Amino acid sequence: MIDVINLEKHFGDHKVLRGISLSVKKGDIVVVIGPSGSGKSTFLRCLNCMEDPTGGQIIFRDADIADPSVNINVHRQHMGMVFQHFNLFNNKTVVENIMLAPVYVKRKEMRKKKRKNFFLSLTNLFRKEEVKPYQITSKKRIREQARGQAMELLGRIGLEDKADVYPSTLSGGQKQRVAIVRSLAMNPDVILFDEPTSALDPEMVGEVLELMKSLAEEGMTMVIVTHEMGFAKEVANRVIFIDEGKILEEAPPEEFFGNPKNPRLKEFLAKVLV
Amino acid sequence: MDNFGRKWDQFVEIFIHQNGYQKVVEGLQNTVVIAVLGLVIGILIGILIAAVRVVPKYKVFPRILNAICSVYVGFFRGTPIVVQLLVFYYVMLPILGLHKTGVQVSIFVFGLNSGAYISEIMRGGILSVDGGQMEAGRAMGLSFTATMLKIVIPQAIKNILPTLGNEFIALIKETSVVSFVGAADLYVAFNYIGSNSYEFMVPYLVMAVIYIVIVMAISLGIKLMERSLRKSDRRN
Repeated sequence: MIDVINLEKHFGDHKVLRGISLSVKKGDIVVVIGPSGSGKSTFLRCLNCMEDPTGGQIIFRDADIADPSVNINVHRQHMGMVFQHFNLFNNKTVVENIMLAPVYVKRKEMRKKKRKNFFLSLTNLFRKEEVKPYQITSKKRIREQARGQAMELLGRIGLEDKADVYPSTLSGGQKQRVAIVRSLAMNPDVILFDEPTSALDPEMVGEVLELMKSLAEEGMTMVIVTHEMGFAKEVANRVIFIDEGKILEEAPPEEFFGNPKNPRLKEFLAKVLV
Repeated sequence: MDNFGRKWDQFVEIFIHQNGYQKVVEGLQNTVVIAVLGLVIGILIGILIAAVRVVPKYKVFPRILNAICSVYVGFFRGTPIVVQLLVFYYVMLPILGLHKTGVQVSIFVFGLNSGAYISEIMRGGILSVDGGQMEAGRAMGLSFTATMLKIVIPQAIKNILPTLGNEFIALIKETSVVSFVGAADLYVAFNYIGSNSYEFMVPYLVMAVIYIVIVMAISLGIKLMERSLRKSDRRN
């Protein structure tokens, strides 16, 4: 699904990622851990080019998205992202937050089809057999469909009654759950989680992890940067330890936590798992 | 002040019986038209320039545009509005061979001038929106422009509304210099009344009161607008 080949990123002279290779398959749940400043967040943000990689390749949907000439917007539509600070759109209601991207994409498609139909109608004048024009839905139908889908997603997290309020009235846990279903609305192939529980009150962490767990059970491919070791143990099928811009250990969770090989990882786990 | 009553009578005489009020209405109209159209043009130019200035500058074309905008803002912030009016009316118009009235030139110049100021206000507003908003939009596959238009600029406008109101108020008051290029604004009207009676105290006081009333009305309008835009905030 995603093949990362020798990914490098430096900010000026500061090398954050020094050649990371990783292959994520469909249904994989990869948890990335590492000390702060290790480059794990940068790595995740490079995966959908929120930070432009300075070297290496990222193969996603048969394209190298690290190449600046690729239209990254199209590929990002298949790659959800959940942020540490939720980043819900403050000027949109909860349901509008979820609808925004699907409506945007479908309207764009509709405009494209309309353009094509226009050319078809011109070229049809010279054709013996008429080519049928594309079916076009209306803006209103697109909105209605998107709203229906958004309400369904909200129902899944039990927040239908919050559909028409603004995000500023939600709690942190609610915001993050809305952010997760917002990324689901695009039916992505993979979702990237950038420390999704780090900005939450302790008692709200559970509800977010619960939602992520249910996604995992449905077979969603996920790459997760987190400090929740318990969650990693339980849900991940691969755990990766990054330090100083390199992958130092990659193993299934039992082996990763039970029998770590890398000395730096042993030291890290000793500090974290008290 | 003992002869204030006499002066007031003189003012009323000219204002009502010698058609002074017509001049005042006309002046008021010009003042408002220049300020409002100036603001509209200014906002359009301001958004455009601000957009150019916040676009990432990896490529050559945005850099050139950015340089042009810097020069533009530099010129209009660096010279007094009176100088700009005079330059456009007495230098640019003859060079271009155009015939425009003072009011038209004033609208144009005030638009360009406030565009320079509003662009900086806008830029500040756009920068004040949390970077995460742009990131979230881009991460979902929206283009830079779409995220700007749908997410960032609406929030920026909400943030800058008080400052924008300030700009409008300043604009209303600054229009009192348009008589330099022969546009008949409020000042010209009251000056006319004053010179007809050789008595300036009352007309100028009334003029001040009219300006205050206009500004108060604008402040109220802004307050109402802000309230309706603040719906998405917790405190409303």
